[in-house]
Amino acid sequence: MPSCWRRSLRQRSGFIKASGLTRRLLRANSHLQIRFAGALLGPVVALLLISAVQAQQRALPLNVLRSGIEFSGSDVRSMQSDDLANPGFLWVERGEKLWNDSTGGSSCASCHGDASASMRGVVARYPAFDAASGTVLDLEARINDCRVRRQKQNPLPRESDDLLGLTAYLALQSRGMALAARIDGPAGAAFDRGRAFYSQRHGQMNLSCAQCHDQNWGKRLYAETLSQGHGNAFPAYKLEWQTLGSLQRRIRACLFGIRAEMPPPGASELTDIELFLAWRAQGLPLEAPGVRR
Amino acid sequence: MTAPLSRTPVSRRRLLQSAGAWALVSPLLAGASAAAAQEMPAIPALTSFLAGRSPRRERLRLDLPTLADNGQAVPMRLTMAGPFAPGPTVRAIHLFSEVNPVPEMAVFEFPIPPPKVEIDSRVRLAGSQRVVAVAVMSDGALFAAVAEVIVTIAACLDGS
Amino acid sequence: MADSRINVPAATRRDEAIEVRISIRHAMETGYRTDEGGKPVPRNVIRSFACRYNGDPVFAVRVSSGIAANPYFRFFVTARESGTLDFEWIDDAGARGTAQAAVKVV
Repeated sequence: MPSCWRRSLRQRSGFIKASGLTRRLLRANSHLQIRFAGALLGPVVALLLISAVQAQQRALPLNVLRSGIEFSGSDVRSMQSDDLANPGFLWVERGEKLWNDSTGGSSCASCHGDASASMRGVVARYPAFDAASGTVLDLEARINDCRVRRQKQNPLPRESDDLLGLTAYLALQSRGMALAARIDGPAGAAFDRGRAFYSQRHGQMNLSCAQCHDQNWGKRLYAETLSQGHGNAFPAYKLEWQTLGSLQRRIRACLFGIRAEMPPPGASELTDIELFLAWRAQGLPLEAPGVRR
Repeated sequence: MTAPLSRTPVSRRRLLQSAGAWALVSPLLAGASAAAAQEMPAIPALTSFLAGRSPRRERLRLDLPTLADNGQAVPMRLTMAGPFAPGPTVRAIHLFSEVNPVPEMAVFEFPIPPPKVEIDSRVRLAGSQRVVAVAVMSDGALFAAVAEVIVTIAACLDGS
Repeated sequence: MADSRINVPAATRRDEAIEVRISIRHAMETGYRTDEGGKPVPRNVIRSFACRYNGDPVFAVRVSSGIAANPYFRFFVTARESGTLDFEWIDDAGARGTAQAAVKVV
């Protein structure tokens, strides 16, 4: 069996491992066994490959995906749908100013020009593998990478108004576009880690993300309705925070809620989870700037 | 090990088990149509402001959600039927909170007669409570409106 | 930081109502929060907001901590002549914010 098929099947789904027959067939080193197995294996593997690529072992099939806005009350919905009342736009305007600000030497605009053209669709593909740094970067890390490497400026702290402003401004350029992060190739390892984290139990409450957001979304937790836990509306103005915040902040908040240790802002585990979430929410439109309770 | 979340949909058992918030909902929903006749809460700051006067419970309308998404920002609308000129006009609308540490929430002032009174803002509510709006006219007349809001705490603590 | 964002209609007929909307960036610290180290964050909220139409006061708000962070106000003023709406707000620390919007009356 071609080695490239084997690698991609392992990455994209766990279910090739389940079949004992398949394992035995893969390990077959006898010429006769391979030829015999090949006759059976061909159509079986073809089916597995097609279903692996299409089904992707999703706990939530693509056709049942619902954005968090559908689990929000009318207060939140009315704030998000009104661009003047949406407080997130205060940060969008800050980001736009920063984009064009060259007091530090060079502005973002000096390389990228008009963001509404050059940045269109970019945030919808994040987090993304960055060849130069050899790792998966979320949007915040990507901006800082640019600032340090190319603009020779200091990185912006996570959750600072400046970094939130830039991420909000850039997210706006992908407003309404379907999330489409890539998990193949070099992004695969980060995706696998994020997926594993999502399904593991954490914290004193010993809960996994999957238990609330895959298995019990739509049900009540005290007075709130559990959402599916997508990150398609970040950075978001969260009423509880009384300010705009990143998806990493939201993930950390959830971990605090189940009494688990929060990785520090910028930790690679958080980026792994962001990548998994982006894949999980594939197809949902980016809401920018989001408003959540 | 924590038991997994119940798989049963919201049932009477769960409603009864929940905190007081749910206990407030049923009678409130039943009495929603009678919201206009909400009793004025006894707020010391309001009492001293009224100084014995009795506002009329008409003409001024205070809209707040019955159940707020989050007490930190609750959309509010004040409307008042005109006319505001000629004749007595509205000078100010005061907002009082029953439960907030600072009971005087805001005063909307009209130096000249407005074309219409429709004011939107977002208020902070420190918990479930009644909010009182009192409009003061140029001839001294007072109109009041009362709204009741349920404010629940977040399901999970947020230490981010 | 964008201190504020304003929205007024492109044009209004004379004597009709101009819908004015403003969103202001301000944390409106109540004084009841504590920071990460457990220290109380001092109170600092906008205490006054005023709108002038070609210099004449037309709307004002005496604000307290009961108004949410990043305050939003929507109100109506009568269209007179074309000109400028001036907005001003002052917080507990004495910091002053201002903004302007052109009004066109036809």
